[in-house]
Amino acid sequence: MIADLAIQGAQMALVLLLAPLLTGFVRKVKARLTRRRGASVLQPYRDLLRLLRKDVVMAENASWLFGAVPYLVFASTWVAAALVPTFGTNLMFSWSADLIAIVALLGSGRFFLALAGMDVGTSFGGIGSSREAMIATLAEPAMLMIVFTLALVAGSTQLSTVADHMLHSDVGLRVSLGLALIALVMVAIAENGRIPIDNPATHLELTMVHEAMVLEYSGRHLALIEAAASLKLLLYLSLIACVFTPWGMTRPGETVVPLLIGAGAFVGKLAIGGFLLALFETAIAKMRVFRVPDFLGAALMLGLLGTLLLFVSQRW
Amino acid sequence: MATSPLLEILSRGRPAEAHRPWPRFVVGGDLWIALTNGLVERHWTLAGLWGDDGAVHMALIEEASQSLAIATYDCPDGRYPSVGKYHPPAIRPERALHDLFGLEPEGLPDTRPWLDHGRWPVRHPLAAEPAAGTEAQPYRFLPAEGEGLHQIPVGPVHAGIIEPGHFRFTANGETVVRLEERLGYTHKGTERLMASMPVTEAARLAARISGDSTVAYGIAFASATEAALGIEVPARAHWLRALMAEIERLANHFGDIGAVCNDAAFAMMLAHCGALRERLLRAAAAAFGHRLMMDRVVPGGVAADLDETGIAAIRDAVRIASAAFPRLIELYDNTASLQDRMIGTGIVSSALVHRYGCGGFVGRASGRGFDARRTLPYPPYDALDFEVPVLNQGDVGARVWIRIREAQQSMALIGQILDRLPDGPHHVPATGSGPGEGVGIAEGFRGDVLACVAVDGDGKVRRCHLRDPSWFQWPLLEAAIEGNIVADFPLCNKSFNCSYSGHDL
Repeated sequence: MIADLAIQGAQMALVLLLAPLLTGFVRKVKARLTRRRGASVLQPYRDLLRLLRKDVVMAENASWLFGAVPYLVFASTWVAAALVPTFGTNLMFSWSADLIAIVALLGSGRFFLALAGMDVGTSFGGIGSSREAMIATLAEPAMLMIVFTLALVAGSTQLSTVADHMLHSDVGLRVSLGLALIALVMVAIAENGRIPIDNPATHLELTMVHEAMVLEYSGRHLALIEAAASLKLLLYLSLIACVFTPWGMTRPGETVVPLLIGAGAFVGKLAIGGFLLALFETAIAKMRVFRVPDFLGAALMLGLLGTLLLFVSQRW
Repeated sequence: MATSPLLEILSRGRPAEAHRPWPRFVVGGDLWIALTNGLVERHWTLAGLWGDDGAVHMALIEEASQSLAIATYDCPDGRYPSVGKYHPPAIRPERALHDLFGLEPEGLPDTRPWLDHGRWPVRHPLAAEPAAGTEAQPYRFLPAEGEGLHQIPVGPVHAGIIEPGHFRFTANGETVVRLEERLGYTHKGTERLMASMPVTEAARLAARISGDSTVAYGIAFASATEAALGIEVPARAHWLRALMAEIERLANHFGDIGAVCNDAAFAMMLAHCGALRERLLRAAAAAFGHRLMMDRVVPGGVAADLDETGIAAIRDAVRIASAAFPRLIELYDNTASLQDRMIGTGIVSSALVHRYGCGGFVGRASGRGFDARRTLPYPPYDALDFEVPVLNQGDVGARVWIRIREAQQSMALIGQILDRLPDGPHHVPATGSGPGEGVGIAEGFRGDVLACVAVDGDGKVRRCHLRDPSWFQWPLLEAAIEGNIVADFPLCNKSFNCSYSGHDL
């Protein structure tokens, strides 16, 4: 019991501590790929500390919601990130919340952020919120189809069970899982506002999605939102890692050494994922806003196809 | 020249004395209106409209006869028949003219101020007797009515490090219904400052009007002054000026090709093009002593001669650029996601480009083949071999392609110039006898820069007007974005890359 709690605590601390590093790493790789030296991988930590020390500037007409949203978003994202097994499948909270809960947590975080974007009444916030809502309405169904596929394969929507199933039973190569992986990557790109859906590094107000929603935030509020964005990226990477590459993850009741190996494997998986993300982002331009439905529609179709193929290939 | 209908009409007016190299005529009301009709019927193109003490000047270009002429309408009563009433490209120049001189365009439908935001200490600062400043009035943006329309104000302060300008979008969801620009935030009173300056000092000011076109402005101003003072510039100076102009064009094209791609979040092109631009600027610093070659073009020639090390540095940079550029073009052309953003975005029609006399790559991407180096040739371009690329699509992609091909032409031109650079002095003293008036035109990377200078008897500038190509490109940006989505505006804007500073003066 205490060990479980310790592992769950370690996991929560690990995701929080690693998230800015992952963001910094992706930025560094992108800089190197475009022949720049780039900031240190530790720069996101410095940015967060700097923002935390700064005063918050609030718009005069901001309501209570505007001040509350950063905490809500950060909390829901952190909890969601804590529910995804990283180095071990024996997460204590995992039994109380499953994949659908993770989707719901992220969805409510986004809902509040979109409300906050409109709260102050600036046009950029409104544009950002409306675009985010459009992306979300398309990404969530695709995500649910992926969840269904995984749940049908593993017989559960609980991630620990799914990871355990992938790791130890004879799953083999399945077309459905391949389709689900592609769909999940597409949803992850859209949800995290990465190129080609959104450009996290842009200064062009008119093209922003996520950044436009949070333009009015400053100080610790902005720090929380930035931290939540980093956490979300890490969450999706660890979700992909946990479901599709669960190698190295520990099972309940293992000793310290496998746990350390599991943690090392997790960091390695994040690095590979971050590198691939940076590589992909460098090689592609951002798409038109109205191409996003096509992109996410494809993700939905892949998810649906994955589910259908499972039924077709079912051994009766 | 004799077969020019423009000069035929103008010759009915009174020719101004000592106006070189193109003539100026003082015309009456009926001729002024006939000239306006010629603009509407596209017999000639408006190249500039500006004020003077109790007079309005209008520069006209007739491409068929390769001639440029200036018409002057004297208006001692402070009123003149509006050209903008019939010919929209003249609307903004007339509004600016009213702000600066207080001359009233009769019949101009849009009487809102343009450069004057109500924050100057005086009104009509260039008039003989400026009036006291008034309180700032709220600016009435043009209305757009309909269900579900909302306004998006952008600027004048932007998130990037760019110049200030205000853009008022009226959008239906993501679709832009109307864009209205408001400029004038970088008005510095350059024309007022130039008056009564010695020409050499005024040349330094002219070089600072738009930093990215400093060579083009330098050439336009210098050739106008030299014409006014009757100075013959040695051949070597002309060739060195052209060399600098091509380096400037090439550096700007490299920088902007990368920047357009970066606005579509394709940072790779920006990185590689930025490196090429940097090499060129360093070569320019080694050859001419200044990265942007500011103040290297002076009335009478160029400030410093080019030596062997400079030639080697330029040749080196161009060799590296011409080796690397084809691979970048390939990258640009083969990245489907990038092409998807470029093609069909921000289309400007050929009719608009011709009506507005829009020069530079914006005009040439929409089928207007005007290039001052070719249409109104000035030395040494009359002796050089180069192409003026023209496309008809008029979208962002076409503008980028024109710039790619112009960059290739510029690289070839730099080679030609270095091969054939004549010997001799690079400078003659800029002393001449005034009074006199001169016109100069130079093709900058953006388009044709027009300079009109009147020098008084002491060799000081009496009145100088510098017309940036952006005057006739900014209005087309409003047309380009119509019907596109809001998120595509940065891409369109970057593909135009108009000058704020050159426009606001």
